[in-house]
Amino acid sequence: MKISCDIDIKHLTRVEGHGNIRIVIQDGQVREASWEVVETPRFFEAILVGKHFENAPYLCGRICGICSIGHTLASIRAVENGFGIMPTVQTQRLRLLLKHMETLQSHILHIYFLAAPDYLGVGSVLPLTRSHPAVVQQALRLKLLANDICDEVGGRRLHPTRTVVGGFTMLPDRYRLGQFRQRLQASLADLDASVSLFRSFSIPDFQRETEFVSLNGNGDYPFIGGDLISTDGVVKKEQEYAAMTNEYMAEWSTSKLSRLSRKSFAVGALARINNNFAGLLPAAKVIAKELGLIPINHNPFMNVVAQLVECVQVVLESMQLIDDLLAVPWQEPRQAVEVREGIGVAAVEVPRGILYHCLHFDAAGRVVKADCVIPTSQNHANIRHDIEELAVFCAGQGKKDKEIELLAEMLVRAYDPCISCSVH
Amino acid sequence: MTTNKTFLGVPVARPKVGFFELSSCEGCQLQLLNNEATLLDFLSLVEIVRFREGMKEAGDEYEIAFIEGSITRADEEERLKNIRAKAKLVVALGSCACFGGVNQLKNRFNDLEWVKKEVYSSFPIDTQEVKPLSAVIKVDLEIYGCPIKKEEVERIVTALVLGEEIHHPQYPVCMECKARENICLFDLGEPCLGPVTRAGCDAWCPSNRLGCWGCRGPAPEANLARLQIIMAERGISPERMMDRLECFGGFADFVAEVKGKKEDGR
Ligand code: SF4
Ligand code: SF4
Repeated sequence: MKISCDIDIKHLTRVEGHGNIRIVIQDGQVREASWEVVETPRFFEAILVGKHFENAPYLCGRICGICSIGHTLASIRAVENGFGIMPTVQTQRLRLLLKHMETLQSHILHIYFLAAPDYLGVGSVLPLTRSHPAVVQQALRLKLLANDICDEVGGRRLHPTRTVVGGFTMLPDRYRLGQFRQRLQASLADLDASVSLFRSFSIPDFQRETEFVSLNGNGDYPFIGGDLISTDGVVKKEQEYAAMTNEYMAEWSTSKLSRLSRKSFAVGALARINNNFAGLLPAAKVIAKELGLIPINHNPFMNVVAQLVECVQVVLESMQLIDDLLAVPWQEPRQAVEVREGIGVAAVEVPRGILYHCLHFDAAGRVVKADCVIPTSQNHANIRHDIEELAVFCAGQGKKDKEIELLAEMLVRAYDPCISCSVH
Repeated sequence: MTTNKTFLGVPVARPKVGFFELSSCEGCQLQLLNNEATLLDFLSLVEIVRFREGMKEAGDEYEIAFIEGSITRADEEERLKNIRAKAKLVVALGSCACFGGVNQLKNRFNDLEWVKKEVYSSFPIDTQEVKPLSAVIKVDLEIYGCPIKKEEVERIVTALVLGEEIHHPQYPVCMECKARENICLFDLGEPCLGPVTRAGCDAWCPSNRLGCWGCRGPAPEANLARLQIIMAERGISPERMMDRLECFGGFADFVAEVKGKKEDGR
């Protein structure tokens, strides 16, 4: 049995934003175990008030550098839902392709740069450039491909320029899109190699039962819009998002927090797969099973595996999307926009989980009220409860201080938290 | 400095650099990782001792500090002063650090209490008026943009390492846009701040058919009076023009002059 330990991590590394971990064990008893969010708020919801609708997607993208495309698309959907605009099939396909490539970019960044160093026993990706050059090269190739496609479709990989209410300012080049189709095909080999790499990782065997929330794909894999569901059987409409998120504040966090049927729930890749395993493409399903990911999986460390499975899913789907896009002549990039008084809600699955934007408009199309509920804010309480449980688990196993510290860091990293985004 | 790298056969010092972030989206730091094709070459130019988003090791010995984000809380001012005390050279990375960025849009309201309440209701939360780095410490070099342009950062860092002088373009984005032979956004009926904004992004947004929002701040000798006339002639409302001018904080003086007073939240 572990007699005592005192872990105090200020500003955890290799995560986006600022959070602290504290674990104190005395005489085999856990005295303290916490996850704290200390990020400074930027007040985006207040900033939007009084602004004309076209500012909303442009500003909201700046909530987060990693998932700026997801935020931009959620904000656009909220505006379009508020005004009663239905995007064309072409726009829908392009947006989904863009979002898939952000997911690929974000997941690869997390898997290789943020999570993998722990599994390979180093402090960052830098030593891996010498010890595992092939691994680093395959990660960079995948990330570059995803970012190149984001540039082509969205205009810019970070804070996209072409994405606007009503569609796009301009369309990608058809020829280059065809070339990207070939590069996506070729990237499957790098993803295969990633799967082999994962087989060599020993994922900590830790379980804590919780509730998982995601969009419902209805047999498809879910991405933009639709019903909200949980593994505890809750089903809600997109517009009823507030009943799904139930935001509250606590003194340990500058981010708002969420709960549903239990004291906390989880969103993200693992939640999506736990709710929508049936919607995965056969090749992605095979990989999930091979890596031991079968729903409902309650091991939070498995989120990294779920992300890898999703990488395969989005690459395959993107190839199909490009085929569909290239099979038909293209329409105008942008539809006319007519403002309307009302409320628009958007739910979008972004890399770290389900993201909601809600905008209230006056008759002139200016924002009267804004609300953004971020995936990581929904995860914070669940992370905190996981840390509590992990401390008990470690105390019982008599692990060394360094081991406990590393496990706690890996646990938080597994969620791929985007903390500045969660506080926004 | 360590001297195990060479440039054209000449030993080059590899300065120790640290990356830091205050209130921001961390997008500017991410842009550095977004350099897949040249990332490894770039990394060999400098010795990174601290990059919290990417590495666990956290060295306290650095010569150059790259700081992203703006100041929104007292503890950030303290952190900033500590970094300044340790670094020989402080670089403000991105528009949040240079001008306050999108974060400073909350300064446009006359009542900070309303801002807090609008987001947190009655829950007590600590925040202050948003400030750029230069309001609190001496900044040696500013790299503009929301986000920063990676090619520009590489150019500047290379110049720093080789001890060359650093030049920012003196002309506006509009010139870069003309050079790229784009269709003028005004001809498409869209507002654009290209005529008054500092170049260096290679007309990033207009080349994607989005009018410039002025993220890099004013070009030297920006003629804002003339911009107002162009906008009016093209039938673009003062509100749309002001939305762009006030977005990133670079044109704050002009905006304050035109608006005269702050806004009520409600
Ligand atoms: S300048 Fe823009 S991209 Fe850079 S940190 Fe600020 S909001 Fe993010
Ligand atoms: S075109 Fe304008 S808004 Fe776009 S990156 Fe350049 S300066 Fe910034």
